[in-house]
Amino acid sequence: MYIKTLAATAVALCLGFGSAFAAEPQVERQAGMKAIGASMGALAAIAKEQKPFDAEAVKTALTTISASAKAFPDQFPVGSETGHDTEASPKIWENPSDFRAKALKLGADADAVLAAAPTDVAGVMNAMQTLGAECGQCHQTYRLKR
Amino acid sequence: MASTFTKIVAAVVVVGAAGLGGAYALTAPDPQPESHWANLGGPDLANGEQIFWAGGCAGCHAAPGAEGDALKIMSGGRALPSNFGTFHIPNISSDAQAGIGGWTLAQFGNAMTRGVGPKGEHLYPSFPYGSYARLSPKDVNDLFGYLKSLPASSNVAPGHDLPFPFNIRLAVGGWKFLYFDDGPRVELTNASDQVKRGQYLVEGPGHCGECHTPRNALGGFEAGAWLTGGPNPEGEGRIPDITSGSEAIGAWSEDEIVNYLETGFTPDFDSVGGSMVEVQKNIAHLPKSDLEAIAAYLKAVPGK
Repeated sequence: MYIKTLAATAVALCLGFGSAFAAEPQVERQAGMKAIGASMGALAAIAKEQKPFDAEAVKTALTTISASAKAFPDQFPVGSETGHDTEASPKIWENPSDFRAKALKLGADADAVLAAAPTDVAGVMNAMQTLGAECGQCHQTYRLKR
Repeated sequence: MASTFTKIVAAVVVVGAAGLGGAYALTAPDPQPESHWANLGGPDLANGEQIFWAGGCAGCHAAPGAEGDALKIMSGGRALPSNFGTFHIPNISSDAQAGIGGWTLAQFGNAMTRGVGPKGEHLYPSFPYGSYARLSPKDVNDLFGYLKSLPASSNVAPGHDLPFPFNIRLAVGGWKFLYFDDGPRVELTNASDQVKRGQYLVEGPGHCGECHTPRNALGGFEAGAWLTGGPNPEGEGRIPDITSGSEAIGAWSEDEIVNYLETGFTPDFDSVGGSMVEVQKNIAHLPKSDLEAIAAYLKAVPGK
């Protein structure tokens, strides 16, 4: 019983720390950006035929891109303009509705690709071109390189 | 008989005038000789389009927010902030009044390679003629032909908004005297033809050094720091070092640099940001052999 309580406490503490850490929006959104990058990398490996076509891997990548993009509008709250090496441009907070629209468009477009899931390498390449262009379009205005 | 005082005054006036004359001679607008632009024949429009994309003309001269075919309408009007004031990008469309449709090849070529405007005036180096100076007469002729084949726009862009003393065009002559140099930016011994092609593209039309090289307080490039990055001249953030010694991209392979210029993605699938988004989209129009030449040259440029 004591061991179980201890274990539960340890788990709770870990979760607590975990969420305290993840609660920093700068860190959360950076993780989201990296997850999208890793997903684009997975799609690129298939598009370049470095890896065989894998419908499950494609689905996972698109799902990750969609979920991460849809989370962005809430991960740039007022007060998170600086810190944690953020590369976010002040323009995000000058024009939050446009920023939100761009993030949600990426999510919606990833969903659209997912709904008619690519069945071959050419399909993956098309998906990458559609979604990849949106990275640059948004970063042009809303990201600063430090 | 003139007094000693009068003689001294006269001497000072003469020496002063000679000094001013000398200073003017050193800093006067200096176009190419007429023969430089002679006998070039009809322009090769396909090559002109390549120079158009390599030179990133649309990056500044297209209307603000232009995309797709609108990138080929050189209506001007964008504002370019800098440490010296705000430059307003002029119309270089084929319109005879508002653009450059009425210019001669010599007028266009002297603007491109000597920073001399159509009335013989100095142009501000926000227009990167310090780089374009390296363009061959043939490439200038082809580009001029291509620009004149693009749609006309009657948009009249506002004048530059510069504080004193930067609003005095004559002062640009002093800047040119100090910093204008159409020689190679780095001496590369035993460079292959591919590296030389890359050097032409990067140091000439690509004008990469205009942002990627740090500048001193007067806007001249810092010596020995070619392409080593620095503060963003247009505002916040930093421009990365792109030499072989770069912390940002020094470890990339030539293939990875080519892929970045082609797709906008870094090797770890981070994406291009800021002004480089437009630059990458323009450069991506070049044939792969040119992208490979750029990569080979960047690998040959020494780090800090």
